[in-house]
Amino acid sequence: MAMEEQHCLQIEKLHVYAGAKHILKGISLNLPRHQIIALIGPSGCGKTMLLRSINRMHDLDPNIRLQGSILFKGRNILDPRVDPVWIRRHIGMVFQKPNPFAKSIFENVAYGLKINGLKDKARIRAIVEESLRRSYLWEEVKDELDKSALELSGGQQQRLCLARAIAVSPEVILLDEPCSALDPISTAKVEETLLSLRQMFTILIVTHNLQQARRISDYTAFLYLGELVEYGPTAQMFEQPQQELTYNYLHGRFG
Amino acid sequence: MKARRRFWNQFFEKSLTASAFISIAILLGIFILLATNGWKAFQDVGLEEFLSLERWNPSAYDTPSYGLGALLLGTALTTLGAIAIAAPLGVGMAFFLAEIAPVRLRNVLKPAVELMAAVPSVVMGFAGIVVVGPFLAQLFGLPNGLNALNGAILLAFMALPTIVSVSEDVVQAVPRTYKEASYALGANRWETLVQVTLPACYSGLLAAVMLGVGRAIGETMTVLMATGNATAVPTSFFSSVRTLTATVAIEMGEVPTGTTHYYVLFACALVLFIITLIINIVAEQIATQLRRKGQ
Amino acid sequence: MNLRTFWMRLGLASLVVCTLIVVAFMAALLFDLSWQGIPVLSWEFLTEFPQKGMTEGGIWPAIFGTTAVTLLATLLAAPLGVACAVWLEEYAGEGWLTQLTRAAVRNLAGVPSIVYGLFGLALFVQGMRMGASVLASACTLALLTLPAVIATTQEALRQVPRSLREGALALGATRWETTYSIVLPAALPGILTGVILALSRAAGETAPILFTGVAFYTRYLPASLFDEFMALPYHLYILATQHHEPEAVRPIAYGTAITLLLLVFLLNLGAFILRAQYHPKKRL
Repeated sequence: MAMEEQHCLQIEKLHVYAGAKHILKGISLNLPRHQIIALIGPSGCGKTMLLRSINRMHDLDPNIRLQGSILFKGRNILDPRVDPVWIRRHIGMVFQKPNPFAKSIFENVAYGLKINGLKDKARIRAIVEESLRRSYLWEEVKDELDKSALELSGGQQQRLCLARAIAVSPEVILLDEPCSALDPISTAKVEETLLSLRQMFTILIVTHNLQQARRISDYTAFLYLGELVEYGPTAQMFEQPQQELTYNYLHGRFG
Repeated sequence: MKARRRFWNQFFEKSLTASAFISIAILLGIFILLATNGWKAFQDVGLEEFLSLERWNPSAYDTPSYGLGALLLGTALTTLGAIAIAAPLGVGMAFFLAEIAPVRLRNVLKPAVELMAAVPSVVMGFAGIVVVGPFLAQLFGLPNGLNALNGAILLAFMALPTIVSVSEDVVQAVPRTYKEASYALGANRWETLVQVTLPACYSGLLAAVMLGVGRAIGETMTVLMATGNATAVPTSFFSSVRTLTATVAIEMGEVPTGTTHYYVLFACALVLFIITLIINIVAEQIATQLRRKGQ
Repeated sequence: MNLRTFWMRLGLASLVVCTLIVVAFMAALLFDLSWQGIPVLSWEFLTEFPQKGMTEGGIWPAIFGTTAVTLLATLLAAPLGVACAVWLEEYAGEGWLTQLTRAAVRNLAGVPSIVYGLFGLALFVQGMRMGASVLASACTLALLTLPAVIATTQEALRQVPRSLREGALALGATRWETTYSIVLPAALPGILTGVILALSRAAGETAPILFTGVAFYTRYLPASLFDEFMALPYHLYILATQHHEPEAVRPIAYGTAITLLLLVFLLNLGAFILRAQYHPKKRL
């Protein structure tokens, strides 16, 4: 029971194959509750693959096979009998490129609430406002909630996608390089948002940007060629990495 | 998930699957219907007579004859004539649009040609009677212009929009670097076009022409109105001919159901169906190979 | 001028000649039809019944019949075609069934329209006992336009970025909810374009309605789905080839041809504008 409280998500011996390729080779990783965990590693190391496995996004691709288990709320996410809709309802995801729907700002945030059967208009309005406030977007858009979300800037769109994800109050939020398409100022705003969201959600963020990992994360996991090389508290990892490989990566010996 | 939400999800997903099956069912249905009805014709008439050049005279009082030869020749004459006209014109125009024409001219001409594909076949047939026919009659000193050549010209212009549009895409898709390499070696525009660009898009152009042919061979109203519809074996492009499609269109309305004549018309349609199916599959094969090469 | 330059000039000139021939033919055709056809058009021509053995009067019943049958055919084909396309693009995996469906759709597109006519005769008119009627013709035309509707809808769905689907799924939407609330609205302009083009194709077709319901002449407009009807393309065919006094009805034939042509061109223009207005890449 103590484990259950401490860890929100437990990944055990996760193997992922894409066709004949062995992409993730036995990853075991526990996500502590209400922390920010950064996933780093060179491109092609399987970070995104790992993130997408947690949300069962691979259901859409028949080429991909998964082995191992991911425990969440006492259930194995990878079990085909577990409803992916239930998983995604409790584990939100924000993608690399902002992907707002071609709807108004308000409708974007309300979308998840409506499909989950919330009918009370006043409640929807309240949750939309709260979510936009939490993602620090409210002040910028409060007078034009009916404007198309596609008219927002890239940084605003990404924070809208974040608001959209937190509106359905998931327990975990997965972020796939959310700032890679953004300018430095927008990036700073998104990072600020994430830090404040830590009190309510467990956040797993894939990032290419080592400085970003260092700035915002509590724990860091370093993936290399489909294997988890090192995992530990961020400060310790950046000051005194245990593995030579980690040290070399963090010091820009390869990337 | 709530039961209601689950129910509607499953309801709609099942309906989608069902509708997809309908399209398979239609294709199978067409084939089965043509095959079963056509089969009866083969039993009654026999393949030998069917493919002979004997006269097509199904409503003769004493001994009706069902020689498909003249009709097949009619179809072949108009279709081959159409290819002979449309392929060079279409490919030539495609090269003009892709390589020579200024962008603004191209942006006007290409949609205009594509719009020609929308002209109903019956309007084309009408044009064959009032424009092309009289023109041919005058040019060649014929009593009237309703002959195989007229049909071929009209079919050519019906196939042209497809040929021009697809060919132009194919020519545009040839990488710039090919041409630049050729220019760098001192070749001029025409030499580059013939020796570098043309070989690079050969199979694409073939697929474009095939698609155009597929349209021409199944065309009914245009040839029905413009070729004169004589059932005799044609001797030249100035002969009046009757195609398979026109035969079905003319006679189907008047035959009693269940007679040999009725089944023979289904057999004609079956022959048409199989020819177009083969052309489509071949064109598709060429296009698939092309895509693979492109990757 | 050396020999190489001479050949280049000659070659390039031949391409220009090809283009000129095509353009000249198109222009001559449109010019003749407009020149002789447009003066015939008048309010009376469009709204009156034919009179005196079709040598006078208008073409109203043919306009009405074509409109009714075409709209009905589209009403039948659009939902079925869109559903089939959605299944192919959003649901079907890469199994043999998908391959078969794709092949069926592709080949249906190439089947000659006269073959559809025979199929309609055997299935709807005789098999399902609809008789020669508006309904039987509409069903036949619906089958004819189905592959085109499916193909354009598939294309429109492919233009919708995958990230939008994933965004909705990540919020806990089911596949159907994603399709219905996110993907279909984004693809709608493309789908509508395809439906309008299918409408224009159905309006101009003659062979499929030849044995399934079109009539030489009716004294009244069709009052129910089971009546025969007149149609513009068939009317033109009759006037051009089957009338006992072809020269006497020539002006009316020209008028019918230009009416049909204008109808089809207007539909295509509508589709063209719609496509230009809502190009998916411009919006997303």
